Amino acid sequence: MTDRTGRYDVAIIGAGVCGANIARKLSQYELKVALLEKEIDVSLGTSKANSGIVHGGFHDNKKYLKARLELKGALMFERLHDELDFPFERCGIVVVALHEDELRTIEQLYLQGVENGVIGIEMCSRERMLELEPKLSSDTVGGLYAPSGGIVEPYRFVFSLVESARKNGVDLVTEFAAALARREGDDWIITALDGREIRAKYVVNSAGLFADTLSKAFGAEDFAIKPRKGEYYLLDKMTKAKPNRVIFPVPTAVSKGMLIIPTVEGTVLIGPTASAVEDKEDFSTTRVELEKILQSARTMIPSISETDVITSFAGLRPVCGEDFIIELSAKAPHLVQVAAIQSPGLTASPAIGEYVKDLLKKDGLRLVEKPDWDPCVEKVRRARDLSPWELDEMVAKDPAYGDIVCRCERVSEAEIVKAIRAGHTTLDGIKYVTRAQMGRCQGGFCTYKIIKILMRETGMGYEEVTKRGGGSYVLRGEL
Amino acid sequence: MKQLKFDAAVIGGGAAGMSAAAELRSRGCSALVIEREEELGGILMQCIHNGFGLIEFNEELSGPEFAQKIEERAVASGIEALCGTTVLEIRQEGGFHVVYGVSSRHGVVRVEAKAVVLAMGCRERNRGNIRIPGSRPSGVYTAGLAQRLVNIDGYIPGKDVVIIGSGDIGLIMARRLSWSGCKIHGVVEILPYPSGLTRNIVQCLEDFGIPLYLSHLTTNIRGKDRVQGVEITPVENGAVRYDKSFEIPCDTVLLSVGLVPENELSRNLGVEINPATNGPWVDSRLMTNIPGVFACGNVLHVHDLVDYVAEEARRAGAFAADWLAGASPQRELRLKTGSNVRYLNPSKVDPDRENKIYLRSMVVKNGAVLEARIDGRVVKSIKKAHVQPSEMLFLTLGPKDLAEPDQRTASQSAQVEIAIV
Repeated sequence: MTDRTGRYDVAIIGAGVCGANIARKLSQYELKVALLEKEIDVSLGTSKANSGIVHGGFHDNKKYLKARLELKGALMFERLHDELDFPFERCGIVVVALHEDELRTIEQLYLQGVENGVIGIEMCSRERMLELEPKLSSDTVGGLYAPSGGIVEPYRFVFSLVESARKNGVDLVTEFAAALARREGDDWIITALDGREIRAKYVVNSAGLFADTLSKAFGAEDFAIKPRKGEYYLLDKMTKAKPNRVIFPVPTAVSKGMLIIPTVEGTVLIGPTASAVEDKEDFSTTRVELEKILQSARTMIPSISETDVITSFAGLRPVCGEDFIIELSAKAPHLVQVAAIQSPGLTASPAIGEYVKDLLKKDGLRLVEKPDWDPCVEKVRRARDLSPWELDEMVAKDPAYGDIVCRCERVSEAEIVKAIRAGHTTLDGIKYVTRAQMGRCQGGFCTYKIIKILMRETGMGYEEVTKRGGGSYVLRGEL
Repeated sequence: MKQLKFDAAVIGGGAAGMSAAAELRSRGCSALVIEREEELGGILMQCIHNGFGLIEFNEELSGPEFAQKIEERAVASGIEALCGTTVLEIRQEGGFHVVYGVSSRHGVVRVEAKAVVLAMGCRERNRGNIRIPGSRPSGVYTAGLAQRLVNIDGYIPGKDVVIIGSGDIGLIMARRLSWSGCKIHGVVEILPYPSGLTRNIVQCLEDFGIPLYLSHLTTNIRGKDRVQGVEITPVENGAVRYDKSFEIPCDTVLLSVGLVPENELSRNLGVEINPATNGPWVDSRLMTNIPGVFACGNVLHVHDLVDYVAEEARRAGAFAADWLAGASPQRELRLKTGSNVRYLNPSKVDPDRENKIYLRSMVVKNGAVLEARIDGRVVKSIKKAHVQPSEMLFLTLGPKDLAEPDQRTASQSAQVEIAIV
């Protein structure tokens, strides 16, 4: 795994959605690439907890890099969806105006969308809005419809990108908390908190919330990433309030507002809030913010009920100014900064992969395409997606498909075993890959089964089982 | 695909499912129980404490003992069971109810049945359902999950425990974990009275000196990797007193904050759900709005005692057998919840026979009277020394109570109102 003596052409620090896209892009070329992640699994930072949206391309002006990358990235998802194994659907986005005044902003968004070349964007009357989304409030006066917007499961996207990158030769090094960097000859030596070292000629800083401290470790630009917390509620898929498309309120000067998102897997997500916090590891939810979510969501869809809530969570946006920072460092050699990737970072991320590849090329990295690059990964069959007849066939091939471990999300033992064998050896890792523990019972019925399978497959003792690595142990003793 | 045909398919092999199936068999109907776990018994198998069976078997049993007795009865009656089989869906196909289930042994099994008895039980409400804010560390479990880990798998989930909610499973776990060397730092209940049975408050908390914080809200769970503490806040006259919040350090939080009938299969089948119980609306025969689909046990409404579950399920089995034989009530009267009554189950009665009705009070009250009225006329009244929401009540109404005093006013729209005064 770790390569102490060898030298990487490129080391990418941070295995979130940007790092993963960059790694997969670079895996197309004859390069030795390391993807370094401080956590026990990939996608556990900002990429885990966000709205999971492929944006509609009308919120930002093209003068911003983030808008240009958003427009380009949004168009790349069909192909990625074909090649990789993650849920994605172009369900469309509506922006709902609840007062006459808001229609002016709607018109501005429409004009910006048209200028940005968004296909199919339209302004909607009240009648048209209610036809598209019958559950909207009767206060609706009109709105905007962007059919090209979509939804994606962000962590599955990252997992699949990383799987593809690894399949094509990228080394993933987890629990590598990059702390120090020094020059040795023409190379960077990156030292982790535990003393491990990685040598690389080029480095990409895609460390998310920690891109600022990492930049300093490389003696590069001095900027400050401020975490901005977004809290969410997740609603049961049985909710009667599920819309057909992503519902946005009319944005304000500072925020796109709190959304109602029908997720690809059938649940409904409402949020996010936006509040500045100090601690980059503060993923706690707060009573005050959570209350705002329900209030705001109900102004758009009044039938949203707190009895549908199955969990709440928070994510942190890495904020520094208004735009993304994606550039070659002017101070440190062979370092690409990929920082301040807040919304629409997920949408833009495939384009960010390309953009960073071009920056590296500009900086002298030789890119020779691999003749045998394989863009595709195995698409794992999921019990919940199969008809009874298809499932019967799967059980004939692999009986573990017949043991349903997670009843709420209908996840079979076969899927859990595959996730563990792919390296996801924590309860959260298994959850994000398979959805087991993610449904309405939140693991009440299946956690003990997953612990058993995990111990059997890995040979772990009970004391080694964790929720997400570190000190998040699950059991504290035996009888 | 394996194909089977039965008079009745029973979904769930706990106390309810086994009892309903046994009754169907004893009335000459073929019955198949479909159970997702590898053995019958349901949640009883992890309830190794005593207190079961006092009504049903007239002796005090542990959960597994109770399950075994019910199973023996069911097996003797000749039921068939498919264990390790998860039901995927129930559909209507060609005049039959068709149940699709999957297991590793048989693959997908297609069961054609004339009648279906829903007996899937309930699940525990969790942290998200009651919306406790804070961080999301490990060490937060529902009480039932902890019970399973301790009693069956042999693991201790944590050493310093705070229990949120005073439901019975949480109380039982307070005692269970105390016996296993854990320290229970308190039980936190938002209501001014406990949610669990009085006997459990005494035997599981008071006997162990465990503090019970009534009228306290859990306002935060703290901890980055593992739980480090919970913040609790008194509620005084309906106001949450954040100025009086305090923290209890702990490494484990158990939630015992209520149970919810598991009706996702029922909903997908088109069964209408009563929001007061989260279980199906059923008529005097415990039949749902879908002809031939019956419900009983905790999937219908959450019971206090498994003895009541077994009793209700037996009736459901009998009603299903009657329905299969083509019998149906000549008329039904609607039951209406009157003052202080949260729900009634079933929601209709058959005036031509005895009807057993389960109900829950909305209030704590001493010297209460349970009253059934038709058009304001009291037809039955029962004195109760004490009623409280956590203790289920029942009453029976028969032809004598429901007879029309004046044939001229007899009508289909007559309602029986049941109230606690």
